[in-house]
Amino acid sequence: MHTLISLTSPAVLPTVVEDVTAPVSWAGGQYAVWLVALPLLSAAVLLLLGRRADRWGHWLGVLASAGSFVVGLGLLLGLLGLPAGQRVHDVHLGTWLDAGALSIDAGLRVDPLSLTFVLLVTFVGTLIHVYSVAYMEHDAARRRFFAYLNLFVAAMLLLVLADSYVLLFVGWEGVGLASYLLIGFWNHRTPYAVAAKKAFVANRVGDVGLLVAMGLLFATFGSLDFATVEAGAASGTVSQGTMTAIGLALLLAACGKSAQFPLQSWLGDAMAGPTPVSALIHAATMVTAGVYLIIRSGAVFTAAPTAQLVVAIVGAVTLLFGAVVGCAKDDIKKALAASTMSQIGYMVLAAGLGPIGYAFAIFHLVTHGFFKAGMFLGAGSVMHGMDDQVDMRRFGGLGRYMKITYFTFMAGWLAILGVPPFAGFFSKDKIIEAAFVPVDGQPWRAWVFGCVALVGAGLTAFYMSRLFFMTFEGQKRWSTTKDGAEQHPHESPALMTWPMIVLAAGSVGLGLVLSRVGFVEWLEPSVGHAEHEEPVLAIPLIIGLTLLAVVLGLVLAWRRYAVTTVPVTPPLGTALTRAARVDLHQDAVNDALLVAPGQYLTRSLVYGDKAVVDGAVTGLGRATVGVGDLVRRVQNGYARSYAAVMVVGVVVLAFVVLAARG
Amino acid sequence: MSGFTAPEIAWGPTVPVLVVLLAAVVGVLVEAFVPVARRRVVQLALTLAALAGALLAVAALWSDVARTGGTDVLGGSLVVDGPTLVLQATIALLALLSTLVFADRVAGGEDAFAPSAAAVPGSDYEELARRKGLRQTEVYPLLLFATGGMMLFPATTDLLTLFVALEVLSLPLYLLSGMGRRRRLLSQEASMKYFLLGAFVSALMLFGIGLLYGYAGSLRYSDIAAATATPNGLEGLLVVGALLLLAGLFFKVGAVPFHMWTPDVYQGAPTPVTGFMAACTKVAAFGALLRVVYGMLPGLAWDLDVVLWVVAVLTMVVGTVAALVQTDVKRLLAYSSVAHAGFVLTGVIALQDSGITAVLFYLLAYGAATVGAFGIVSLVREQGVGDDDGPAVLGEATRLSQWAGLGRSHPLAAVTFTLFLLSFAGIPLTAGFVGKFAVFSAAVEGGAWQLALVGVLASAAAAFFYVRIIVLMFFTESPDETVPAGPGEVTSLASAEAPDAAPAGSTPAPVLTAQAERSARATVTGGEGLTVVAVAVCALLTVVLGVAPSPVLDAIASVAVLLP
Repeated sequence: MHTLISLTSPAVLPTVVEDVTAPVSWAGGQYAVWLVALPLLSAAVLLLLGRRADRWGHWLGVLASAGSFVVGLGLLLGLLGLPAGQRVHDVHLGTWLDAGALSIDAGLRVDPLSLTFVLLVTFVGTLIHVYSVAYMEHDAARRRFFAYLNLFVAAMLLLVLADSYVLLFVGWEGVGLASYLLIGFWNHRTPYAVAAKKAFVANRVGDVGLLVAMGLLFATFGSLDFATVEAGAASGTVSQGTMTAIGLALLLAACGKSAQFPLQSWLGDAMAGPTPVSALIHAATMVTAGVYLIIRSGAVFTAAPTAQLVVAIVGAVTLLFGAVVGCAKDDIKKALAASTMSQIGYMVLAAGLGPIGYAFAIFHLVTHGFFKAGMFLGAGSVMHGMDDQVDMRRFGGLGRYMKITYFTFMAGWLAILGVPPFAGFFSKDKIIEAAFVPVDGQPWRAWVFGCVALVGAGLTAFYMSRLFFMTFEGQKRWSTTKDGAEQHPHESPALMTWPMIVLAAGSVGLGLVLSRVGFVEWLEPSVGHAEHEEPVLAIPLIIGLTLLAVVLGLVLAWRRYAVTTVPVTPPLGTALTRAARVDLHQDAVNDALLVAPGQYLTRSLVYGDKAVVDGAVTGLGRATVGVGDLVRRVQNGYARSYAAVMVVGVVVLAFVVLAARG
Repeated sequence: MSGFTAPEIAWGPTVPVLVVLLAAVVGVLVEAFVPVARRRVVQLALTLAALAGALLAVAALWSDVARTGGTDVLGGSLVVDGPTLVLQATIALLALLSTLVFADRVAGGEDAFAPSAAAVPGSDYEELARRKGLRQTEVYPLLLFATGGMMLFPATTDLLTLFVALEVLSLPLYLLSGMGRRRRLLSQEASMKYFLLGAFVSALMLFGIGLLYGYAGSLRYSDIAAATATPNGLEGLLVVGALLLLAGLFFKVGAVPFHMWTPDVYQGAPTPVTGFMAACTKVAAFGALLRVVYGMLPGLAWDLDVVLWVVAVLTMVVGTVAALVQTDVKRLLAYSSVAHAGFVLTGVIALQDSGITAVLFYLLAYGAATVGAFGIVSLVREQGVGDDDGPAVLGEATRLSQWAGLGRSHPLAAVTFTLFLLSFAGIPLTAGFVGKFAVFSAAVEGGAWQLALVGVLASAAAAFFYVRIIVLMFFTESPDETVPAGPGEVTSLASAEAPDAAPAGSTPAPVLTAQAERSARATVTGGEGLTVVAVAVCALLTVVLGVAPSPVLDAIASVAVLLP
């Protein structure tokens, strides 16, 4: 009991001790703590100062995020100055928990993988902060919004920088909290509050997975830091069954956070949050945390091929699921959300292919972060100009009125389609190629996953083109505004368009640049090196087939949504369309399988609680009060009776002793 | 054996006690020679200096004792070992904080004590003394005498000194209890009862000491312990003698069935005195009990453990159950202190070294919360109809119904009180949790898991009435029908206020209703800030000992060995 938990806040520790076990000591690592500290401090200031910070709070938020980006950039330069073999650094921050056998050091891991995430989160994050300054201008609670955004950035950076599963879990829960707060930011509207709750609950299911995984890891390896787990998993001394169980638990966690099947239902509803939130958290960064977790735990999955196969299957299923749902959604943000789900499916599929796919998963994650965030910001700009209308059947022809939004969105659209030389071509096509590579000499897997990825590319082209054409091309189908006035779509202010332009530039050129500068090799110290293997089809043939699928999807969408008139009220549609509109009945399935039995169970528990437990408690309470009254009656205020009680007490005790002695 | 040889006295280790007792004597002289106007300041400074000096002396002795394990002084009458120092430091610290509460005055310069304790309540002379602004500054030397006795009590290893220390600590408390400024009849009644019952128990204890002397032929604990090792056919004397001795100690700690005085006395005594005696007396008495149980009756031979078991269970259960039905804050805290005595007893019964550590830590945690809680009670006052200066502040609002809505009107006081209640209830991150955890795990370690089980169940039930106060303060509307009481209306109420203490045979219900109608609204005064300081220190202790208890626990554990 002398070693009760002593807590030290990891983020605000001023001094950083270099880990002596790190292969090479590198003084730069100690600055990593500021990555987390800056936005965290800013969030604290914004929340604690309250209204006093209303006038300048949003700029502080922007500054904190930008500051983190600068620190990240500095670390990148520092890391690039080191040879490739010395780019993984664990920065020790001090002992965090010390309870019995469990001793956890708080530490950060600065390596190419975490730094890639850091730069993505802070760069896109800063742009979205800037965008939000204008987007949230008329919201009374703008300061609070920026506090939550900063909180999110801090938690996300902690998640990717942690050097142990425990600290990762802190960040994991932190982003979950920030996500909950931001989805429900306008919680005075009941559906939004419900959406926030739904996201929270679905995430909790995944969190249980992470907790179980941590329990198993601790029981197996006696430690929860990445270094020990990697070494232990690679040693091959642990049974297949255990590793598979750990892998599946981690996968469950990833599914919750990254909205993968079967825990994907929350993402569509999460679009209730302000659009910058959808762009940052529910498209570019937080939802990719599951992919990060799987790749960070690569050693575990390498040791558990069964779990790895399940990862690939989950990715493939979600890829198709999201694409099908995306084809039927009329709400522009929900269509984009379905697309996010599908694209993360690609990443998870790649992560399930083993080391060969890890680097491409991260590559796609980065480019996706740019073009999807850009498109979300574009959607926000459209909503800004259209009085918060989100129904694409009420858009049309907007390209003529919002030129900047039109062209930046077009860049994102071409990027996600994978049209060369836009960013998606370099990342997504690599995943499709990798999917066609046979794993463990099993060609059936190559064919199944390869074809799914190929079909997914065609579907993506269809639904994204549908979205683009319905919004920007074709006839005007505008409704009136909420006040009944006519719509006057207009371009958004510069604070909103500039972030979109920067992200569009990334959507255009990032894929080419990153593939030229050796992004995949840069990641190798973290994700491992994969030998090149030949896919079951020739690579030019795969590229050709993919482009064919994309063109097919695009042309189909062009004919249906740009050339012909889009009906304002959705047509009945086929059975599949109707199912896709309601997320392929995911909510109904959840309701039938989980919610209804859960409610039934709860009700019976409540009934049992009332009848049995409350009855017992009430009875006990009455009895207790009765005894209390009795005691009170003895306490009659007379000193003589008090003395008598004491005498009787002594006598009784004497009898007790004598009786005990026999 | 013929002549008297003066014992060699090593004065050094007795300094903590000596400082306090000498200051008390000086305090008496101050009463005689210092002008009235400056007496309070001088007494207060003297008292605080003496108690701080005692703390410093303990600190100075610490490293020596930690190294050598301690020494006996005064020919073996006193033992200065680790537990002694820990207990003396605890008592001095809590007494220091209590002194601040003692000295605090509300607007108008009224402290908690009668302007002239000798005046007949309600007499013209009393009114005259009040208007002249007389003060009973004797409370400070009395407090020092009591503290000195308390610091001796756990240090002694012979029965005669034990008895003397008991009387030294008790007599000032009897006096202090009767010196309440408001509800003076209730206060005097409390004092009278405390004195009568205390004298009665002293007699029992003295009889027990006599029997033990008859059994062992010595008053020294170690001699008695040695005598128990070899049966001599006089075990009856030993058992009954030990039982009577224990009864005396049980009376001081407030264990059932020797607890009857606590609710009446705690309620009647001036609140600063209640806090002082609830905290410090209990620390001292448990220290003495530890030494008796571990040193004089090693292993609780001769089935005396049964006595402790029965008393511990009864204490936990009765204290908890009776607290559930209380309607007065001070009575509720009194019964809660009874329940806590039971929890500490489980640690005593453990008969482990970890049990000693646990008990010592528990006493510190409990003492801090107790002084703090009663400090806040002394600040929560009834609001009277004011004059031009604003609403007048009357006596303490101790009826629970008056505390309703306090969380909204005075959030800081309510939150701090909540902290103490949570510590009493043993909620994690408070000192009370660590203490409870320590005593219960010591009990389990010592094989008394059944006691620990009863303790945990009683704690769970006890949480109910603590939380009830929290709910009352934060989630209950302050009743609308309460109106400010007229001046004098509340102050003149005497012992009839306590429903179950009123020696009237009639049913108490009508009295209760009548009281509810008379309830004045409660407000929180700041006083001169002295109580606020004491409460803040107590709150800090409660949080620090709850969040990071390891340094204190380790320090106590490193010296927790009782010398014979």
